[in-house]
Amino acid sequence: MGETPHRSADAGTGGTRVTQSHEWPAGASARVAEAPVSTRSPGGDGLGGGGALPRSRKFGAERAFRGLTLAAGTAVLVIIAAIAIFLIAKAVPALRANTENFWSYEGWSPNETQPKFGIGTLAFGTVLSAALALLMAVPVALGIALYLSHYAPRRLGTALGFLVDLLAAVPSVVFGLWGRDIFINPVRDFSVWLNEYFGWLPIFGGDGPFGKSIMLGALVLAIMVLPIITSLSREVFLQTPTANEEAALALGATRWEMLRTAVLPYGRPGIIAAVMLGLGRALGETIALALTLGITFGISFNLIQNGGNTIAANIANAFGEANETGRGALIASGLVLFTITLIVNITARAIIYRRREFTESAA
Amino acid sequence: MTTTVTSHRTRPPAQPSSLRARRLPGYAAPAIAVAALALSAVIVYGTDIGGPVLVVVLGAILYLAGLFAAANAVEGRRSARNRTWSALIHSAFVLAVLPLVSVVWTLVSKGAERFDANFFQTSMNNIGARDPNGGAYHAIVGTLEQVGFATLITVPLGVLCAIYIVEYGRGKFAFAIRFFVDVMTGIPSIVSGLFVLAFWVLVVSPWFNDGRPSFSGFAAALALSVLMLPTIVRSTEEMLRLVPAPLREGAYALGIPKWKTILRVVVPTALPGIVTGVMLAIARAAGETAPVLLVAGGGAAINTNPFENNQSSLSLFVYQQAGDASKYAPARAWTAALTLVALVLILTIAAKLLARRNRLSR
Repeated sequence: MGETPHRSADAGTGGTRVTQSHEWPAGASARVAEAPVSTRSPGGDGLGGGGALPRSRKFGAERAFRGLTLAAGTAVLVIIAAIAIFLIAKAVPALRANTENFWSYEGWSPNETQPKFGIGTLAFGTVLSAALALLMAVPVALGIALYLSHYAPRRLGTALGFLVDLLAAVPSVVFGLWGRDIFINPVRDFSVWLNEYFGWLPIFGGDGPFGKSIMLGALVLAIMVLPIITSLSREVFLQTPTANEEAALALGATRWEMLRTAVLPYGRPGIIAAVMLGLGRALGETIALALTLGITFGISFNLIQNGGNTIAANIANAFGEANETGRGALIASGLVLFTITLIVNITARAIIYRRREFTESAA
Repeated sequence: MTTTVTSHRTRPPAQPSSLRARRLPGYAAPAIAVAALALSAVIVYGTDIGGPVLVVVLGAILYLAGLFAAANAVEGRRSARNRTWSALIHSAFVLAVLPLVSVVWTLVSKGAERFDANFFQTSMNNIGARDPNGGAYHAIVGTLEQVGFATLITVPLGVLCAIYIVEYGRGKFAFAIRFFVDVMTGIPSIVSGLFVLAFWVLVVSPWFNDGRPSFSGFAAALALSVLMLPTIVRSTEEMLRLVPAPLREGAYALGIPKWKTILRVVVPTALPGIVTGVMLAIARAAGETAPVLLVAGGGAAINTNPFENNQSSLSLFVYQQAGDASKYAPARAWTAALTLVALVLILTIAAKLLARRNRLSR
């Protein structure tokens, strides 16, 4: 099979644009072969073979199988629609019962006779912790990806890349537990130090206690999304055409100049997509943040004092004692989270789809 | 320049030294590092603003600055940039390795404490706050059943969906399905848990349970399958695309209908890759906590029936023990975490090794 065309099936099946623009694309054999069985009528003036072809059956195995696969494909769309419908259906009664403004009220007490809850502080905490995590993770992740793809010896790079992929599979609850039991000590020391010398900055101000803060949550989150961003951007960096790199080096570029002029521009869409996927993961992370944040309600930019909360962490924490309205309120907050992540994901995917060569690596 | 020329005159130069760019000697970088650390130690301990960690951090910054200055003076600005960025990229690597090593070390050292037979043979039933025993048998049963059911649901659905996308679908509809599979990859696990809560636990399960909503392991399996589906569809889709067209064409030429070609030729050829994707999806699902917390409820006793009553899972067990006030709870949590990570990593490594043996590699 040495001569088999690389990805030959692509042209005939997946690349919709290609098939639409050419009548008979190179790999469209699947379609040609399918014709005699199902669509061509016997005796028609189509391809050769004429009346010798078997008649198309209305309820054959071919149609049944095609219908089955179509149903499975449609199921994906149905599931996404069902998620939205059921969340809305359960959220609306709770939102009706809410006696405060859902968007601006700072607090979460939906289980009382006068339910009061607001999404503002939670959405703020979600966005703040995810943004901080990305701010810390992205430069480091890109550095590691460049190290693995262009600095490390080839075998070491492959082995470490394998290790990074493994780390991406470690469950979030493990990181949460580690953050709460181990990592909190250095972070608390660091917070105290920051507070002592940089306390005049509002983000490092406050009188304590320190530790279970937005900073701890964001750091744990950063460590969690690090392998994801690294593994995706490493693959993109490895895809850079060798000709581009060698051309840059031949023109006398240093290694960094080669990375800056050949590798990074080529990988930019892939980097953006990796960052967006990391953002999606960070926004939806639940258990690690439920274990590491201080769970308070209030909008504050202070990073080191105990506090902070996110939509997902609040769902995990408040679910245990929620009554019916409480559940509805949590579902309403989940709906907001679903919308935010949907927007982030659709944007990321739209960016990837613009450069189709990256779709394979960004699974 | 004269100094370099004289120093090279003793041995015959391979090429005229005036053609070579001047370079920092090999000992320059370590020397700058030592000097930077010493300077930073003097600053930190002199002004008493921190401990050894600050010495290292400040030393690293001073090293970068010193390296840039030295290289700039000797080799020029471009080379100085190159050296500084190279050092930054290497330090990013070191920076990221530290916490990850700490995670692994803690996991192994703390998890080994309760890693005994009792832990794997008992449940948490009748284990009070003062009991040092207790185990995760019920949680392991829960994880296996939930992930097993989720796999049973997802694999046929996902493979058929991928077959539709690759073999049958065309035009806008197939593109929409492909796009939304990708979007589905990013649905947070807690949202999938809420969806199954709103759909199965609150709406459907009362029909089977005298009108009362009921948590169950099966509901957790449903939530996990929402998370597994996109992973399986994407990996299967990629593998199907890698099947060489001549294989299909050969089958068509023999007059085999398309559905039989797909089931007998295309899917078996792509099977190792499909299995790899399924195993990766299982590994991801086994580690999910949030959906199980919302729809399976968790429980202390062994419940082998996934369709009735609360069930626990390993990840949920970790979370619950982490929130437990008993002084024996952390040890149980860490051991369960070690078990979970071992399970997930074995699956992942097996999947990756299988992927390497795959003949349809890219």
